[in-house]
Amino acid sequence: MSTPLPRPKKKDPQKRSVAATRPPEMRSRAAMHLTAAAAEGRLVMQYCSECDEVLYPPRDACSNCLGTDLSIQDIASGGQLIAETTIHASPRLFFRERLPWRTGTIKLDAGPVILAHVHPDVVKHARVHVEHRLDRAGQGVFLARPEQATPHMEDEPMMRELSANPKHRRIFLTDAKSPHAPALAQALLKAGAAEIFVGEPESWRPHPNAAVLKDLGVEILPMDVTDEASVRKIAGEIGGKTDILINTAQFMRPGGILSRGDTGFARDELDINYLGLMRLAQAFGPSMCARTADGVNSAVAWVNLLSVSALTNAQPFGAFSASQAGAYSISQALRSEFRSAGLRVMNVFFGPTEEDEWYQQLPPPKVTSQALGRAVVDGLERGLEDVWCGDIAKDFRDRFRRDPKVLEREMTMGEDGA
Amino acid sequence: MSTLMDFASNIANGQTKVVDLTHTLDPDFPVIILPPEFGQCARFRMEEVSCYDHRGPAWKWYNISMSEHTGTHFDAPAHWISGRNLPNASVDEIDVKNFIGPICVIDCSDGANRNDDFELTVDIIKDWEAIHGTIPANTWVFMRTDWSKRTGMEYLNMKEDGPHSPGPTPEAVKFLVEERDIRGFGVETVGTDAGQGAHYIPPYPAHFYLHGAGKFGLQCLCNLDELPATGAVLMAAPLKIKNGTGSPLRVLALVENK
Repeated sequence: MSTPLPRPKKKDPQKRSVAATRPPEMRSRAAMHLTAAAAEGRLVMQYCSECDEVLYPPRDACSNCLGTDLSIQDIASGGQLIAETTIHASPRLFFRERLPWRTGTIKLDAGPVILAHVHPDVVKHARVHVEHRLDRAGQGVFLARPEQATPHMEDEPMMRELSANPKHRRIFLTDAKSPHAPALAQALLKAGAAEIFVGEPESWRPHPNAAVLKDLGVEILPMDVTDEASVRKIAGEIGGKTDILINTAQFMRPGGILSRGDTGFARDELDINYLGLMRLAQAFGPSMCARTADGVNSAVAWVNLLSVSALTNAQPFGAFSASQAGAYSISQALRSEFRSAGLRVMNVFFGPTEEDEWYQQLPPPKVTSQALGRAVVDGLERGLEDVWCGDIAKDFRDRFRRDPKVLEREMTMGEDGA
Repeated sequence: MSTLMDFASNIANGQTKVVDLTHTLDPDFPVIILPPEFGQCARFRMEEVSCYDHRGPAWKWYNISMSEHTGTHFDAPAHWISGRNLPNASVDEIDVKNFIGPICVIDCSDGANRNDDFELTVDIIKDWEAIHGTIPANTWVFMRTDWSKRTGMEYLNMKEDGPHSPGPTPEAVKFLVEERDIRGFGVETVGTDAGQGAHYIPPYPAHFYLHGAGKFGLQCLCNLDELPATGAVLMAAPLKIKNGTGSPLRVLALVENK
């Protein structure tokens, strides 16, 4: 049984902060499909449609029939531990710093035998639940954990490495005025967050979240993502102890390009949703990247809340969608720039929400802030890169993957004249 | 010596005091808030261009952005629908001699201290005139409320039914414009109208009557408590913005030291 992870002591200021090391990153292009699935918490295998063989490791031709019609399919997560070992010496710096490390071979119910990181609570020859998780290099690796959850299972060092668990971590929500800020703060506190900081733009204006956030005991700090100096000031104050940053700042107004007649709201959308994200990244990114190996409460994730209209333009939010596409593109740039430090960028895509008043005229289904809070916590606990929250977001994702042009065509229907 | 040289030497020797009536342009300074579906007043922002670094090794500078109506600012007649067809109604067209002139200060600070929705009425103006004399034509009239000493949430004083801050009644503005032919009206609050000014007939009477008659407005002033009731001279020149409806500006008052 795992021992509960105590809240870390205050850092010894005389000690050097440990620099990040990483597990091996190279993968074949075929293996990248497994990583792509791991990024959203799915367990997949290569499948040969000519001989029905489930293949592992991924390759360019079937090892059974040499067929090349290989697809990626979700598989069952069950398996059995057939052999295991605990490693006490490794030439890889990443593992040297984390020894001993348990690994083993698992016979998957789907067929293949895989090599996996094995949770210490898994007993010999036991049935296991296999997940594909992203490691600190951002690549998919197999994790075998007990079939039935054990107490404090998530507190094991191995699990902390293969997640962005908010427990004991200090979290910065960038905008207190977001309709989702209270529910996010609540969900994160419930998940064991040590401390929550919340940026508050324009503290000269009252807003309904103020009282709720105050009751939750979060730390409110004056910051506006459109004000470069205020972002740098707050980054100067808390950038060195922000373990997870969740960008809740968002500006949205309905309207396409022609109907608005000017670029006023579009400028605000870009200033907050696009440039705001960039200002946050420039101010907080370096200090977070420097602390990705800083013990139990190391910097671990950067979370963007994005409308799923980032994938394809969705009227009547045509101009807003463009800002989301821009923000999505920045998130990909950040993935590249954070990769060496091992800082995870998690994008949470969602459709219209109940709480955002600008979605008032849209019919259900809508996402609630509570659902968004649960999705963020679940994504962090599983170390995901892409989270799709709610039916609309999942539907968009599936249609986009099936054919982006078809989705675009469906989202750009005309109207019959009178 | 010429009058101008006398004037310059009086400033140099302190005989004439220069009072700064301007708030610092600060990203955190409140601006007027409209219903969110309307276009909004841009806040003051500074973005660093370089800071003696790789972006410019020996110099530091910022790009700034704001609305014409951000911070301590000037309202031209073209700002309001009632003044839109007037000649010379934008900041670049106004005769520059209008930017220098005498000030009458009506002290409403006691009333504003007691009542957030304090109104400047015709009676208050007439009571003031009984002591200080009739307001001369072509004068700037300032409504002193000491509102500029408020900071943060207290400044706009935004409640669920909108902002609450002092201002003139429609009759008072009409009186100043039609009976006294003033040049402009200056306040310490975010607008020349009261916080609840939308509920008057006409809505926003100060904007409506002043600008409809080609008069000017000054908002977000401070240090009005350093001015005498009469005798101070205003220097307030807006930026020369083509077709501009207003402008942030440095507002100075010249006060004779007694």
